[in-house]
Amino acid sequence: MVITGNLYLDLVLMTLLKFAGFVLVFVMGVATVLTWLERKYSAVIQDRIGPNRANIGRFRLGGLFHMLADPIKMLTKEDFTPDTPNPWMFRLAPLLAFVPALVVFAVIPFGPGDNFQISNSELGILFIFAIASLNVYGSVMGAWASNNKWSLMGGLRISAQMISYEVAIGLALCGIFMIYGSVDLQEIVRNQGELLWGFVPAWGIFLQPVAFVLYLTCAIAENKRAPFDVAEAESELAAGYWTEYSSMAFALFALAEFIEIVLIGCVGATLFLGGWQIPGVTGTSPGIVVAQIAAFLAKTIFLIWLQMTIRWTLPRFRYDQVMRLGWRILLPASLVNLVVTGVVLALIDRSR
Amino acid sequence: MLPSATEAMRKLAEPAGDRMIINMGPSHPAMHGTVKMVLTLDGETVEDVDIHVGYLHRGFEKMSEQGTWQQVLPYTDRLNYVSPLINNVGYVGAIEALWGVEITPRCKYVRMIASELSRLTDHLTSIAAGALELGGFTPFLFGLEAREVLYTLVEELSGARLTTSYTRIGGLAADLPPDYEAHLRAALVKVDTLMVKVDKLLTKNRIFYDRMIATGVLSPEDAISSGCTGIMLRSAGVDWDLRKHEPYLAYDEVDFDVIVGATGDNYDRYLCRMEEIHQSVRIIDQCFKQMPDGPVNVADWRVSMPPKDKVYNSIEGMIAHFKLVTDGHQVPAGEAYYAVEGGNGELGFYILSAGVGRPWKVHVRAPCFYAMGILKKLICGHMLADIVPTFDTLNMIGGEVDR
Amino acid sequence: MTETATPDPGPGARLLALLRQAFPHAIAGAAEPIAGQAAAVVRREDLVAVMTWLRDDPRTMMAMLVDVTASDFAEFPPERRAAVTPLDVDNPAGWTHATLPRFEVVYHLLSLQWRHRLRVKVPLATDDLHVPTLCGLWIAANWGEREAWDMYGVVFDGHPELRRILLYDEFEGHPLRKDYPLRGYQPLVPMPELAHYTDHETWR
Repeated sequence: MVITGNLYLDLVLMTLLKFAGFVLVFVMGVATVLTWLERKYSAVIQDRIGPNRANIGRFRLGGLFHMLADPIKMLTKEDFTPDTPNPWMFRLAPLLAFVPALVVFAVIPFGPGDNFQISNSELGILFIFAIASLNVYGSVMGAWASNNKWSLMGGLRISAQMISYEVAIGLALCGIFMIYGSVDLQEIVRNQGELLWGFVPAWGIFLQPVAFVLYLTCAIAENKRAPFDVAEAESELAAGYWTEYSSMAFALFALAEFIEIVLIGCVGATLFLGGWQIPGVTGTSPGIVVAQIAAFLAKTIFLIWLQMTIRWTLPRFRYDQVMRLGWRILLPASLVNLVVTGVVLALIDRSR
Repeated sequence: MLPSATEAMRKLAEPAGDRMIINMGPSHPAMHGTVKMVLTLDGETVEDVDIHVGYLHRGFEKMSEQGTWQQVLPYTDRLNYVSPLINNVGYVGAIEALWGVEITPRCKYVRMIASELSRLTDHLTSIAAGALELGGFTPFLFGLEAREVLYTLVEELSGARLTTSYTRIGGLAADLPPDYEAHLRAALVKVDTLMVKVDKLLTKNRIFYDRMIATGVLSPEDAISSGCTGIMLRSAGVDWDLRKHEPYLAYDEVDFDVIVGATGDNYDRYLCRMEEIHQSVRIIDQCFKQMPDGPVNVADWRVSMPPKDKVYNSIEGMIAHFKLVTDGHQVPAGEAYYAVEGGNGELGFYILSAGVGRPWKVHVRAPCFYAMGILKKLICGHMLADIVPTFDTLNMIGGEVDR
Repeated sequence: MTETATPDPGPGARLLALLRQAFPHAIAGAAEPIAGQAAAVVRREDLVAVMTWLRDDPRTMMAMLVDVTASDFAEFPPERRAAVTPLDVDNPAGWTHATLPRFEVVYHLLSLQWRHRLRVKVPLATDDLHVPTLCGLWIAANWGEREAWDMYGVVFDGHPELRRILLYDEFEGHPLRKDYPLRGYQPLVPMPELAHYTDHETWR
């Protein structure tokens, strides 16, 4: 696409435009709305009203303004630093949790073609793994620097948990790469546009159903949300690694969690739900492109809804049960999934 | 000489080798009520624990020695504040046992209904709070909603949701309000639908099951030796329920089952509570069917307060009222121990009377107090996270333990 | 009371008869003032033997120590003491209701098998508030005795960790004694001096 004619300036402008459109508007927007929606949706599940008090003038909009009131409250609260020998580490931790979560969106294809992907990196999913696993540093550093025994225990739990599930999630997704023959996300989405036997879309969820379940489980565990919230288990560890955080530092941790919810939705939609593909619809007319972007966003939101429902239905694992689930069930399951995929692919290859 | 709290705090700040000493409570989310546990952790495993109770101590027994017999009654509401009606029943029961007062048949049934109502709220709270502390916020709210429905009924009965003070020596503050049976039955239906939801969310939930099973295992020998009663004892497989084996009020006239567990772990205690809810509903149902008409207060004005129209319109009534209010009930000198089956076990009142209008001593045998004594044994050797369900199914109520 | 000799005097009286038979010289008094509520007064020297027998004898089987407490009879009307503390006329300790010591430690026992209860009372003088611990017999004695120590200042000899339980360690006095003042203040407790926290020793 040409905007100014200058190649490099165009590149920068386009990136900024895509960043604004996708990350700032969609991701941040959804993450912010989620802070309200999560409470409202839990209220629906739990048969109560939920937050509805914040208002501007006479308008309440069902409490939608809570997502404005919350940041104002957070920003005006005291930013407390505990008596710790590592104050700079304590300050850095929320950023380390927040930034990687946001960076990952650079490679998510939210529409057809390069124009709808901030950076068309051929590394694709590997980039996501590399950056997303940085997330653990934020939590662990925060836990360590808080100089609080409860935080430290939360940090120990989170580091073990995230590393364990990193392995299982990586192996679970290998099947996807084998089937679509690429780690480039745009390529994977393009390959999901076909139809199997004429009516089933060739989405990851149909070709790799086990991998989808594994991915969702591991991803929720990576995001430390219930039922895997052993690191911040409020009834065991006070609030785990973010016990000592207050004000905007706390908000950054919380926001990072919500952004990761969106991220899990985006990656899941890309790999398993056909990304921006709408079954049976092909073409490059603007109308179709808009519909495809909308389809991607809808799929993402569906996965977000799924995560919230899980969150508000299940109780919490115990720490050792989390580890056992990761190493003894999810990891062997993903390995078996990988082997079976490989054998089936080899058989198909031979029969051709 | 003796280890003190100061000593314990100093211990906290000292490096402990590869063991971590960590202070759980008194302001910790899982320590409902206020309890402090100083844990020695080996990784995630609890090696040793020092349990400090008493943060809610307000001198109930000392206060009781200052007022008249009747003035102690409101204090008993604050003992087990989740099931205050049972405390009321137990306290006046002790006085009536000492005095040899035979209460009216209707009063017995109303007190039974009140007791079972409170037992329901107690069990609901325990189940709901347990779910919350295991991360299940949704079953918690369902359970509490059911409890609120019942609190509304308690309010209808006594005028207060929590500070009921419903019983009087020799009777009750008031008979059942009109249409109470219909209201209560409607409420119980509502409670049942909510508990079905909780049941679906928890009982067969694999995560919940794994958290509860084989944690906090209490052997029957330990349970008996440590004075555990109620659910703690029954879940360990000991068939002992005061309502059945030492029937008080009219519990021998109603039909219900004593729920006995098998293994004495947290899951057993949870299941026992779920099932006792049904048994309580059964008892309430039978109480309404069998309840005779008649007065709820004994006719003797030295024991129970004269009715208000007699106080205002007759000299005898007024004098009796005046004497009871100013001098207090003239309970004869002696001592009595009266135990009722509280929400958590045997709630006993040991009272001493010097034959004057106020108690010489009121001692409460709190079920949770002795259950807390065995808690150390239940959590040592298990993981830190297991403290939460164990502590919850023990259902410690601060007001009762600390008095 | 039970002299009118019905064929079955009830579980409480049966239990007391057994107790008197087993310990003819240890029981200072026993009565069943209220139906079903048997009480026995025991000298301190005989307490452990009596309690062990009560726990282990197949006819008593008091497997559960329900409660431990104490009571303070300072200024209790002496003429009414008989209603609370039953005494034999020629009891081994030589007590009369006028000369009974001020404190009593009260144990409540329960037999789940026989479904009977017994209250055992041990009178103690103010200047010699010592009684042997029962921690070796029942787990429940641990916390019950701690509470009795906390509230009345009764020392249970041999208790593994006899320290305050409901009150804080720096509390002065024993509040349930009748001479504990109703008004007044406890001394302020200084903040405990912690190890040099600012050195961050744990971080090195």
